[in-house]
This record gives sequence, structure tokens and C-alpha cells, in this order.
Amino acid sequence: MFYREAGDFKISYVADNQTFPIAFDRYRYYAILVVGFLVLPFWVDDYLVNAILAPFFIYAIAAIGLNILTGYCGQVSLGTGGFMAVGAYSCYKLMTGFPDVSIVLHIILAGGITAVVGTVFGLPSLRIKGFYLAVATLAAQFFLVWLFNRVSWFYNYSASGQINAPERTVFNVPVTGPNVEPWAMYLICLFFAFFSAVIARNLTRGTLGRTWMAIRDMDIAAEIIGVNPLRAKLTAFAISSFFVGISGALFFAVYLGAAEAGDSFGIQKSFIVLFMIIIGGLGSIFGSFAGAALLVVLPVFLKLIGVDLFGWPTDLVAHIQLVIVGLLIILFLVLEPHGLAQLWRIAKEKLRLWPFPH
Amino acid sequence: MKKLILTTVAALMATGPALADLVFPSLSYRTGPFAAGGIPFADGYADYFTLLNERDGGIGGVSTRVIECETAYNTEKGVECYEATKGEGALVYQPLSTGITYQLIPKASADGIPVHSMGYGRTSATNGKVFEWVFNYPTHYWNGASIAVKHILDVNGGDINGKKITLLYFNGAYGKEPIPTLEALSEKHGFMFDTIAIDFPGQEQKSQWLQIRRDKPDYILFWGWGVMNQVAVQEAANIRFPMENFIGIWWSGAEHDVLPAGAGANGYKSLQFHNVGSDFPVFDDIQKFVVDAGKAAGEGNQIGTVLYNRGVYAAMLAAEAARTAQEIHGATEITAAMMRDGMESLKMTAERMAELGLPNFGPTFQVTCENHGGEGLGAVAQWDASAQEWSLVTDFIAPDEDVILPLIEADSMAYAAENNIEMRCN
Amino acid sequence: MPDQVLFGIEVVINGLMAGVLYALVALGFVLIFKASGIFNFAQGVMALFAAMTLVGIQDGQVPFSHLINAIFGTKIHHFGWEVHSILAILVTIVVMIVLAWAVQHFIFKHLVGQEPIILFMATIGLAYFLEGVADLMWGAEIKTLNVCLADGVCLPQGINGFLDATTFNWFGYGLFIDNLDISATIVAVILVAILVIFSQYTKQGRAMRAVADDHQAALSVGISLNYIWILVWSVAGFVALVAGIMWGAKSGVQFSLSLIALKALPVLMLGGFTSIPGAIIGGLIIGVGEKLFEFLVGSMIGGATENWFAYVLALLFLVFRPQGLFGERIIERV
Repeated sequence: MFYREAGDFKISYVADNQTFPIAFDRYRYYAILVVGFLVLPFWVDDYLVNAILAPFFIYAIAAIGLNILTGYCGQVSLGTGGFMAVGAYSCYKLMTGFPDVSIVLHIILAGGITAVVGTVFGLPSLRIKGFYLAVATLAAQFFLVWLFNRVSWFYNYSASGQINAPERTVFNVPVTGPNVEPWAMYLICLFFAFFSAVIARNLTRGTLGRTWMAIRDMDIAAEIIGVNPLRAKLTAFAISSFFVGISGALFFAVYLGAAEAGDSFGIQKSFIVLFMIIIGGLGSIFGSFAGAALLVVLPVFLKLIGVDLFGWPTDLVAHIQLVIVGLLIILFLVLEPHGLAQLWRIAKEKLRLWPFPH
Repeated sequence: MKKLILTTVAALMATGPALADLVFPSLSYRTGPFAAGGIPFADGYADYFTLLNERDGGIGGVSTRVIECETAYNTEKGVECYEATKGEGALVYQPLSTGITYQLIPKASADGIPVHSMGYGRTSATNGKVFEWVFNYPTHYWNGASIAVKHILDVNGGDINGKKITLLYFNGAYGKEPIPTLEALSEKHGFMFDTIAIDFPGQEQKSQWLQIRRDKPDYILFWGWGVMNQVAVQEAANIRFPMENFIGIWWSGAEHDVLPAGAGANGYKSLQFHNVGSDFPVFDDIQKFVVDAGKAAGEGNQIGTVLYNRGVYAAMLAAEAARTAQEIHGATEITAAMMRDGMESLKMTAERMAELGLPNFGPTFQVTCENHGGEGLGAVAQWDASAQEWSLVTDFIAPDEDVILPLIEADSMAYAAENNIEMRCN
Repeated sequence: MPDQVLFGIEVVINGLMAGVLYALVALGFVLIFKASGIFNFAQGVMALFAAMTLVGIQDGQVPFSHLINAIFGTKIHHFGWEVHSILAILVTIVVMIVLAWAVQHFIFKHLVGQEPIILFMATIGLAYFLEGVADLMWGAEIKTLNVCLADGVCLPQGINGFLDATTFNWFGYGLFIDNLDISATIVAVILVAILVIFSQYTKQGRAMRAVADDHQAALSVGISLNYIWILVWSVAGFVALVAGIMWGAKSGVQFSLSLIALKALPVLMLGGFTSIPGAIIGGLIIGVGEKLFEFLVGSMIGGATENWFAYVLALLFLVFRPQGLFGERIIERV
């Protein structure tokens, strides 16, 4: 009834092209933003931010990055963990090398450095395709982690190779280090997640996004109609790595506070981000958030239910958790192979027609 | 779903800290790549506190509560566990993972909750002047390296000039810890020192062992964890390396590390900072009050294994620190800050250990404001494959403090400078 | 001969042996990918599951005992008997066949015609599920694996004394060759021979190859795809069991066994996802390559290079042959 286009007239192309063409959607979106930016910061506590919201936003940024590469440009990558490590370590080097520069700038620069590295490792994509490319990007994953473990310049020659985030502030409020207030950590993660989503959304519906999708759908055909595959693939790698780098920097500096390449940015990271975008939905910004939410929240949720509600032994819960996550993934795929985003689209279609089925 | 979880969380918060008991969170890992090591430790930790509750009615009349939280050795889950348990009135954290320890050191210090990383974590945290909230008694990795070298010195009549010692290590923060100490020691004693790294997980170590076979080191020191341990012991037996010259750190010396290699593992040595075997009165009590009563944390079949003993030892040290805190403050219900005072004046004597039913179970040591690591003694244990048991073959050996103290001083001062920490204990 | 050359020979021989072990894991991937286009991420976990089941049956463990004890408050762990290795292996094979049927019946039957990445994702779900089930069934602690065909005839381990002594007499330096590796090589040769005979000379084997070539054509001559896919998953389960035994004999059976899949990926890349000889030759090249690199260059740049070098080596090959050494030529049409 409320969810409809009728009576929602457009008088300009700008209005016609907007992300949320339906008024109800638009207001819902504004409402979420208001709640996210103005209400939640006053309400969140340590547990909520550290255990759920901060990892959710950070993984969402990584998922947006990988979704650009895999979902929009069709290049499957398993190097996400390695690129996150690049973001984290360049952020650490920048933080300790230039303590007076704002941390926000450092995080963005860390993303830029990751973009350069990502482009270099994207070069083989010009020759290699599909699962072969996925496995080839593992070379980046293993090599980068080895490098950060081996070259002590990256961790400022500390005895153990761990990097620790010193305290840095934004507007005199600490956002890294041990004394971060939960709302500050929440806001900086939200800030980056929000702008990543906006930028990614606008990139993917512009010229660049169209060339990526052309390459994804059929690269030879795209080449014939004049899309430069070299440029399309490398820009996808660069922009994807930029977001992944930002998420890596946030992951280390804001969320964990201490990290080690092999421990925090291992192959598991690459896989989990890939799971997120496949479960959430390939080629969808909303899907990146949905997938991240599912894989961050679900384990915590299952743990809370099993351990705290039923009082089962923790190991039993952990094992059952694996079984349930596995079953859910399979069930999702059997019921809806195109991810949560597709469920969302179907729900929207249904809503449009509601309450009249035809 | 999100709403549901929020209400669950809210419900959790509402049930809140029940101040009536002493809370000891146990960040355990019973799943994941290191589960085999995590299970016995967690069992021992929980069983000892259950014993205190059942036999003595807790510590000083206040019952204890162990909140177990599964980390799977994963740093992120460690964060979740820390945040979930700290509001319950947690007295001390034993993270049981290098990554989680590094991550908790600044956080727990800011929150005012002590961290006890027993024989792992950040070595320089032993400097109490810099690390107010972090403890690593009874010993740490750099002491371990020194104790191993001392043992080699003893075996060789005090002269190891020109001998070749190779460190085989987990390629990560944990494995890199002893390198500076060993380099310093090699200068002092004139032995040749070499390192060989093994990447996680360490299932395939042919290259490393072929290299060892070519280089023919006189001794191998080994810093491994997880599947790396079993494979290394097996490969050492394969190349017929003299096992008594192969010395592992305390995390590479459990029963399950040597059992898969069978008879080939006979004579393998490992460092320990507590005694091994089940021949202590306290285990009879655990059997009686905990296992037979059906209150054991695990299957109850781990009693007397090396890592179970380590869990019991960790729990015993925590309980003793809590008791000390109760004495200092004259209160039975203590807070995390009081617990810290208790840990800082903890004194383990031979008499006290005998009283607790653990005669000669660990080294004697005393924690002070400056020294959060105690005297750092450790012993060497050896595996007897036919009897299938470990036994200590040396007394508790003191490390070479002349070499280690300057290294600790340098590393902790660097941390203090980086994080603007003021010195305490003046 | 100079020492360095002898060392080099030793490294190459051991690399070849390691390569055989990698190839064993890679074979399972290739079988399934070739027949159904599914990139089976769960292959490593299947090896773990198979090995755990084997040990559990051998030792007479009660499956799901931990769960049962937690729910009913009982204290059961063991049946109190020990099963002979050969019988245990046969029972495990039956379990793997049941698993194959379940996988086909509950998952992939419903996903016919989906994109490869969706199928890949489903196998990831399967990996999670199997990992959880394996732990629930048999517990997460390390289990020692002893496979003995008869009394005293067990999987051998350790340096081969005969080769050591012989080469020592010839060159003055005894070469190190592990008995376990020798047996793994023999088992691998037998396994591949069985696979070749099976696929060339049996009805089911021919049907399997027909399906691999062209689903539609195979369907049209009356081959049941469902049946063939169950067959392929069963064979892959059997290969996983063999790989699990070989790797588990060295390290004990534990979670890390599932990570051997990571060792097989560069082998697949190099040999091609669709070629059985490719998996074997790819395995040998990767094995020798990474060991030689570690021997020649590793010590100069700090060691522990094997993990990434295998991938970089495979990457270099791929740049020149994007479909792998023996993969089917990719023909692209618009």
C-alpha cells in the first residue's frame, strides 16, 4: 500500500536515476541513517560495539571492496586477507612515521597504498580466468603475509613482530588505542562504512561500473564493443583493493589494536569475506552488508543462545555452531542461490503488490 | 534477527554482575587447529576451581565461578569473549594465545583488569614498572631459552664453545620471541646459532629437516605449537636425530605431541615450569570431589597429562593470588584491582605448595612491584616412550639474568616510550 | 660427487615424494570437478572426516559420545573393542559412500545448472558442516593413526636404512628417504592404476568419462547423472580417505589435516582442474619446485618460503598456459 511507485512522478533524469526510486524506500533509508548517526551513538556499549558493530562495519567495507571485484567485474579473488594486511601495515607505518597527521588521512592513504599493491597483483587477471585466477590470487595472500612477517621494517623492528596501534585522536577524541569510547569507535567505523557504500554505489552505476559488468558478463563481447579489458580489470582491482585496504587499516587500528600478519590476516580472512559476498549477493552493495551481518552476528547469536541460554559446554556449542552455519549456507543456496540480496528484491516485489496479489 | 540478539544481549547485561562470587573467566579453545592443546588446559583450570568450591567452599569462604568462553585461538573471538565476560566482575584474564594477549594488554590495562600470561605472551611484560596490569610469572620465553642453554651447558660440562645450536620455530610472534636472547647467549658462550622457520600449520616440514640433516647441529631448540609439534618430533625420529639433543619449549612437550611418533620419540626433552605426572595429593581430591561427583569440565580422562597439570597450576596460582588479595585487603569479596595487588605480592613457597597438595609442583618464586615474572625458574622433562610418561630430569634451573634483564629493560622501555607510560614502583 | 650436488639430489627426491602426497589430495578435487564442474572446497575436510572415522572405528569409539553424555548425563566413550584395520577401512568406505549419497541427494540435486561459484559456495557450507559433525562424532583431540594390514605389518615410518646404507657406500653420503613416503608413492601408483582401469574398462567408469565429456550427450544415451555423481563423490571420498591416512600417519589425526587442501590448490592450478595426469605431474613439479627453491634461495631470504612459492610457481606457469599444463583448452565464443 505504501510501497509503490504510483503517484511518485519524476520530472528530471536525476530523479529518475536515484538509488531509491520509491519514496518509502528513501524515507526508510534516511531513517536508518538518522538512527545510525544520531541515535545509536548515545546508546551503544562496549560489548555491542566490540563484539558486533565494529566487526560488522569493517567486514562490510571489505565485502564492498571484494564485491566490486568479484560481483561487478567477475574476477574471483582470494587475496583479500593479504590486501587487508597491506592496509593494516601501511596504516601502522604511517601512524608511527607521521604521528601529527590525522588518523583519518592515514586510513585513506593506507587504502591508496593497498590500491597500488592490488593493481600489481591484478596483472595476472589479464591472462588467467575463473577459478584459476582465484587460486592465483592466493599467491598474493601467502606472499604478502610472509613478507610482513619476514621484513622487520614493517613492524618497526619489534622483538616479536606484533604491531600495536598507538593512541590517535579525531577532534581530540581518541579513536585508536586502549582508551577509545565505544561511541567513538562506532562512529568512525560507521563513517567509513557509509562513505564506502555511497562511493561504491555511485561508481558501480556509472561508466566504470558498466564497463566492469560488461567484462563480467562476457569479456570478449565487451572487448568487441570497445571496452578496454586492461583498464576495466585493473581499475576494478585498484578500487576493490582501496576499500579492502581501508577495512584492513580499521581492523588493525580501531578494532583490534594489535595485530600480526599471519594470525589476523591469514587465509581465513580471504575466505570469510568471499563467503559474505556470496551469501549476501554478488553484485549488490546491500548484499555486502547483509552477508557481513549474517556471518558476524550469527556465530555470536548461536553462542549466546547455546552457552548463556541453555548452558551447554562451550565446545559442544562451537561444534554445533559449525554444523548450523554449514547447514544454513547450504539451505540458503538451495532455496535462493543468488543470496540475501535476491531475497530482499523478491520481498520488495511482493511489497509493491501488497495487499493485492495481482 | 538483530533485534533478537539485542534483546538477548540486553537480558545478559541485566542479569549483571553477581558480586557474590569470585569470577575467573577461562578463554579456552576446544575447537580449531590448536584444540588438542586447549582442551586439557581448560579442563584443568575449571576442575581446580570446582575442587575449591566442593572441598573448601571456595576461596576464603567465597565460592568461585569459572566462565568459559570459546576462542578457537582466534583473536576476534577473543575480543568478543573479553567484552562478554569483563562485565561479570572478572578478576584475571588468562588469554592462552599470543595474539589475544597482545590485544588485551592495552585494553585490560585501561579497564583495570589484570592479565596473567603464564609462560607466553609479551615477555617484557615482566617489567612491572611499565606493565602495571600484566603478569607472566613463573617464567617466560626468554628465560626458557636461557634455561635450555644452561641445560646444554650442564650436559657438556660447562663448555659449549663451537657447538652448533639451531632454533626451529613457529614463523610468527610466538616463535620469534627467543631469537634475541639466543643471539645474546651465543655471543656469551661462543656457540654457533642458526634459525629455521616453519610456517603455520607445519604439516609438511621436509625442507627444514633436510636442512637440519645437512647442517648437523649439535642441539635443536624448538618453539612449536599445534600440528607442528607432532610432525617435528616424527621427522626428528625419521632422520634419526639424537632425541636427547632435541629440546622443545613447554608448549611443545605434551603427551599428544610425542605419542604419534611412538618409540621414535623416546628421549625427547622439553622445558616445563611445573611438575608432571599425576602423583600429587591434589589429584586424588580432584578425582574424589570433581570427577567422581560428575562435575568434571571435560571427560575427566586428562588428569595428570602435562597440559591438564598446567591448567591446574594456572588455576592454583590465580586462587593463591586471590587469597593473598583477601589477606591484604581484609575483605573476602575482592575486585579486579585488589586481585592485582594480590598478584603483585604473591609468594609461592615449598611449604605452601605442599599444603595445597602439590608438593614440589612448581618453582618457588616471589612477585614484586618491579618484577612481575618471579625468579623465572624452569626444569627439563624427558619423554620415556616405553612407559609413555614425562618425568623431570633436572631440578628447577635459574635463567641467566645478566643476559635477559638488559633485553627486557630495552624492550619494555621502547613500549613505554611509544605509549607514554610513566614508571611505577619508585 | 661434490656435497652440494648430493644434497640437491636428496632435495629433489624428497620433493618428488612430497609431490606425490600433494597429488593424492589434488586427485580428489580433479575427479569431482571433471565430472560435475564443482570445485569441491570440502575435499580437505573430507580427508579429515574419513581419517577420523577410520580411527574412531578402529578404536571402538562411540560416535557422538560427547553429545550423548551432555544430553543424557551418561558416561559412555568406548564400545570396548578394537576393529582390525582392513575391516575399519571397509566400514569407512561405506560411510564415505553414504556421505556421497547424502551430498548428492540433499545438496547438489537441488543445484543442477547453477553457476560454478554457487556450487563452490555450497561445498564451503558442506566443509563447515562436515567439520562440525566430525568433531561432534569423534571429539577434537589428536588421535594416533596406526594402520596395520596384519600383525606387525604396519605403515612404516622413518629413514629407509637400505637406501641410506647403499648410497653411503656409493657416494659417502647416505640419502634420506622416508619409508612412509615410499609407501605413499606405492599406494598412489596403485590408486591411479585402479582409477585408470576403472575408468577405461568398466561400464561405470566409461559412463563417468562420458558424463565428464558432455552432460547432455551422456543423458541422451541413458546414463543416469544422479548415479554417476554419487559414484564420483564416493570415489573422491575414497581418495580422501587414502590422503587422510597418508597425512594422518605422520602427524596424528587432527583438525589441521583439513588444511592440506591448501597444499593441493597450486597443484590443481598447475596441472589443470580437469586432468588426472595433470594433478600428478603438477604435484611432482610443485613438490620439487618448492623444495629446491627453499634449498637454493630460501636461506638467503629468511626461509619458510614454501607456502607462497608453490603459488607463485603455479602463477608463472599459468601466465603462459592459462588453462594449466593439461587442462582442456579454453575456447571462447561470443
